[in-house]
Amino acid sequence: MAFTLITLAVFLTKRKVATEVTFPSIRIELAGAGLRLLPMFLFMSAALGLAVVGQAVSWMGRLGANSYLGTILVVVVVRELGPLLTALLVLSRAGARNAIDLATTRALGEVEALEALGIDPIHYIVVPRVIGMSLGVFGLTIYFILGVLGFGYLFAFLNGIPLRPSEYANQIADALSSLDFVILTIKSLAYGAVIGVITCYQGLAQPLRLVEVSRASVRALFQSVMACVLLDMLFILVYLFV
Amino acid sequence: MTMSAAVAHQNVPAIEMVGVSVTGRDDLHAAVLEDVNWRVAPGEYWVIGGMHNSGKSDFLAMTAALAPPQKGTYRLLGQQMPADFTDQIRLRVGLVFDGGKPLHQLTVAENVLLPLRYHHTLGESANAERVREMLELTGLSPLAARMPGTIGRSWEKRLGLARALVLQPELLLLDDPLSGLDSRHLSWWMGFLDKLSTGHPLLNNRPMTLVIAVHNVLPWRGRSPSLAVMGNKRFLPLGRKPDLSTVSEPLVHEFLQAEEVEVS
Repeated sequence: MAFTLITLAVFLTKRKVATEVTFPSIRIELAGAGLRLLPMFLFMSAALGLAVVGQAVSWMGRLGANSYLGTILVVVVVRELGPLLTALLVLSRAGARNAIDLATTRALGEVEALEALGIDPIHYIVVPRVIGMSLGVFGLTIYFILGVLGFGYLFAFLNGIPLRPSEYANQIADALSSLDFVILTIKSLAYGAVIGVITCYQGLAQPLRLVEVSRASVRALFQSVMACVLLDMLFILVYLFV
Repeated sequence: MTMSAAVAHQNVPAIEMVGVSVTGRDDLHAAVLEDVNWRVAPGEYWVIGGMHNSGKSDFLAMTAALAPPQKGTYRLLGQQMPADFTDQIRLRVGLVFDGGKPLHQLTVAENVLLPLRYHHTLGESANAERVREMLELTGLSPLAARMPGTIGRSWEKRLGLARALVLQPELLLLDDPLSGLDSRHLSWWMGFLDKLSTGHPLLNNRPMTLVIAVHNVLPWRGRSPSLAVMGNKRFLPLGRKPDLSTVSEPLVHEFLQAEEVEVS
């Protein structure tokens, strides 16, 4: 928690400091936690579209419950699986790289080297990664949800389910509320921030030796998964009480 | 800076320690050095001899204001540490770590460019020119586009030096820069440190204050830096050109004996 507050304070107080260095770093992080993961997300959205949406559309058609399709897809894909799976997939690639990179950086003494040069490691290393991770998870979540819904319909269409695209889109649009858009944005940004802060904290916040890098990285991944699941539960409570 | 301010600035000791204790990185409660009393005037050239694990790196880290003193009064460039610490103080002090500690994600040139860019002291073209000069000065130009892990340890040390010098510090602290060097690199370092101590044209011709912690002072025999010895939690400033054979201090004899064993 203290590390999160320090990161937030550094972000707010130094947002105009050394932008020639931090802005390119944010772009690099955004590419690593966003753009470069697009092919993986295309594959995963096709798989999930086939597994969840395609099956749901197919079975609900057989049961004559097509009118609930939009609500179910919004609850399952937009509110729950989309953001959480995106966060976990980003964690598995960009989060793991982050944790290993930073733990190695710390073990090699590069943090002290930055401090000796008057460069704040939180400002130079942590802030760009947290921003990049947050924006990356947000962008990929949108991409992933659209992909899942699109591939899901494609699967249902290929199986001869009598559901027109406009009908499918209308059902989903009717089931969505403005709260869904607000919470989806906050949730995906929060997942990214949590993954960024935890992987940076485990890598940087304590002195490490090279032999401890793997342990610190595993700890970072485990804590990030737990934090994302807890955060998801928190957002479920928001839906229940708002 | 006015003339009187400049004169006052020159008279302020670069380093002034009174009763200072230094803690280690592994145990922040245990002192590796106690009761250090030491004064370094601007432009002085000090070599501190200490055996392995005598606390040289911890001492230099504390001197560079990377860690606070456990006890005592420490003034760095006239400012009380850590109370008066500012980012500006950090820019006036260069620290060359043992092994250089390059940033492995950046190329050699980017390592040298980073502090200039971060502190945006110059424009982009002036930054590039300064980096080019520093790489030329340290012989790193042919390696500019390489990643640090591919250039060898001796060149990584020079990279640490180039990166520390690029902000033109007044005080340069070096942690065992000569360990593990071959004769060609050793000769380059000795000559370059001499030039820094007398004033290098690319660094405003101003004699740089140098503090070098080493485990072997033999390369400086016949030269004229001030000498200090550390070990057994003690720090002993001996001053300029001390006749070590006449010093009765056991710490000095222990250090010299260890050196002779290492040479033989």
